[in-house]
Amino acid sequence: MHQSTRVAARWIEAVLLVAVALVFVFPFLWMFLTAFKTMPEVYQFPPTWLPETWQFANFETAWSSGPFLRYVINSVLVAIGVLIIQLLTAVPAAYAFARYRFRGRNFLFGLALIALMIPPQVIFLPIYVELSHMGLINTLWSLVLPYGASAFGIFLLRQAFMQVPDEVIEAARLDSASEWKIMWRVMVPMAKPVLVTFGLFSFIYHWNDYFWPLIMTNSDEVRTLPVGITMLKAAEGGKQWNVIMAGNMMLVLPILAIFFFAQRHIMKAFVYQSK
Amino acid sequence: MQKAVVANSANAPLLQQEVAVKAGRLTKVRPYLYVLPALLFFSAFFFIPILYIIYLSVFDWSLLNLEEMEWVGWQNYADLLSDADFHQVLLNTMLFTVATVVLGIGLSFLLALWLNQKRKLVAVVQASVFSPHIISLVSVSMLWMWLMDPQYGLLNALLEFIGLPAYTWLADTKSALLSLVLVSVWKVVGYNTIVFIAGLQSIPKDLYEAAALDRSTRWQTLRRITIPMLSPTLFFLLITNTISSFQVFDTISIMTQGGPVNSTNMLVYYIYEQGMDYYNGGLASAASVILLGLVGLLTVFHFWTMRKRVHYR
Repeated sequence: MHQSTRVAARWIEAVLLVAVALVFVFPFLWMFLTAFKTMPEVYQFPPTWLPETWQFANFETAWSSGPFLRYVINSVLVAIGVLIIQLLTAVPAAYAFARYRFRGRNFLFGLALIALMIPPQVIFLPIYVELSHMGLINTLWSLVLPYGASAFGIFLLRQAFMQVPDEVIEAARLDSASEWKIMWRVMVPMAKPVLVTFGLFSFIYHWNDYFWPLIMTNSDEVRTLPVGITMLKAAEGGKQWNVIMAGNMMLVLPILAIFFFAQRHIMKAFVYQSK
Repeated sequence: MQKAVVANSANAPLLQQEVAVKAGRLTKVRPYLYVLPALLFFSAFFFIPILYIIYLSVFDWSLLNLEEMEWVGWQNYADLLSDADFHQVLLNTMLFTVATVVLGIGLSFLLALWLNQKRKLVAVVQASVFSPHIISLVSVSMLWMWLMDPQYGLLNALLEFIGLPAYTWLADTKSALLSLVLVSVWKVVGYNTIVFIAGLQSIPKDLYEAAALDRSTRWQTLRRITIPMLSPTLFFLLITNTISSFQVFDTISIMTQGGPVNSTNMLVYYIYEQGMDYYNGGLASAASVILLGLVGLLTVFHFWTMRKRVHYR
């Protein structure tokens, strides 16, 4: 008797767990299903669950309604460009913070921590004015340069560099390796897991970002995918939710795919900021 | 660094010693050189803009013509504070923030207590709950607009299915702000939950063992051990969630454009509208400074209470 109530409780819990998961996952499933429906089926109430006929044409319609190849290329260029510059600035800075004692170290590190707390939305106006003085508005540079230094990247890498045993560095110095070489050939390879973590974090952030490209760009040549996708909404003649959802999938699927394969890494990357 | 030089100088050959000494001299400037590139970027796109926005806020200017700037002193602030629309914007931002933070943290705390288990099914549920956090707010906004469509949306279909009247969602001044809260909570709950779970797992097990020996009830254990031990995590989430709620922009820009009748207009969107659409740079700058002040205050408060924990563990 006791045994069976426990089994029942376990089953009830399992059902509730699945229900909670569905609250967060079902909307994505609905996006997917809508993307395959025809217009009359979209505007049917109450809605159907599965599409009556699977309509792949919605993806073509979405893709051809704007220069989406351009958007995708721009998005990738920006996300990768930001990551490269962030690593080039973060690795030396993190190495200095982790391995050198110098006057002003705590102060400078404190400045970087402040940068971690103040989001770009607060200071986009002066940055816009700066960039327009430099003639960089509406270029890909305006999307990359403001993110050139990542406080989070410096913070993560510093932590990783601090954990490299002294002996490893001493051995490299005895081989009269230059500091520059030690940094890139000894430290960086040892911080590989952290680099992956940071790389995923940075890529996802900039792939998803809408605010910055919305502010800084005003022509298709330099727009990124998130801004391009919102243009689908503005298309004339009622909201074509099937086409909009098909467009949405372009933005969502790459991230979900990465999440599927690197789930633990990604959750760790995002949670790391709390420590 | 110094240690390496000293430790090896005793029996190292002369040549190597000289190399070490030379490296030692360079060491004085080297760390500054290493920090420099990052510092330059931070200066250009963080510290200078912070000072610049304060400067810009006492001028009348517009993005249309940056050469013409007229000194107006406190006028922009005075205009803001006497503007009924801006009062509405501040009120909306506060309501939105309080609702999002309370719901977002409350729900995720309960979820974390429940989902802090090492089971296959629970791991899948954790990942599911977390997934909205890594999806672009653009997709999330457009998806929820569709779910909240008053005529054909899934949410109203579900309401009708269980016998409730259709809801107005984004279409009505009374429900639009709440709808945006719902979307933000849905997006942030997974992140908060995972952070809480990480916090729960770092609580030493022997505390619970001691509590069990003392025959403390579940409720007592929660109140006397779990919650106090989680307070740094809770505090971190309170601050970061509040700051990010202040920044809400994407959902407004895509789902409501601040409407209906200004009922969902909030600080960053207001700044964007004033600066980029109405070319009222002065007003936008003054509003930015107010936002900067709010975020800065929270940041200072955060560092002040975390000082001991954050630095050089």
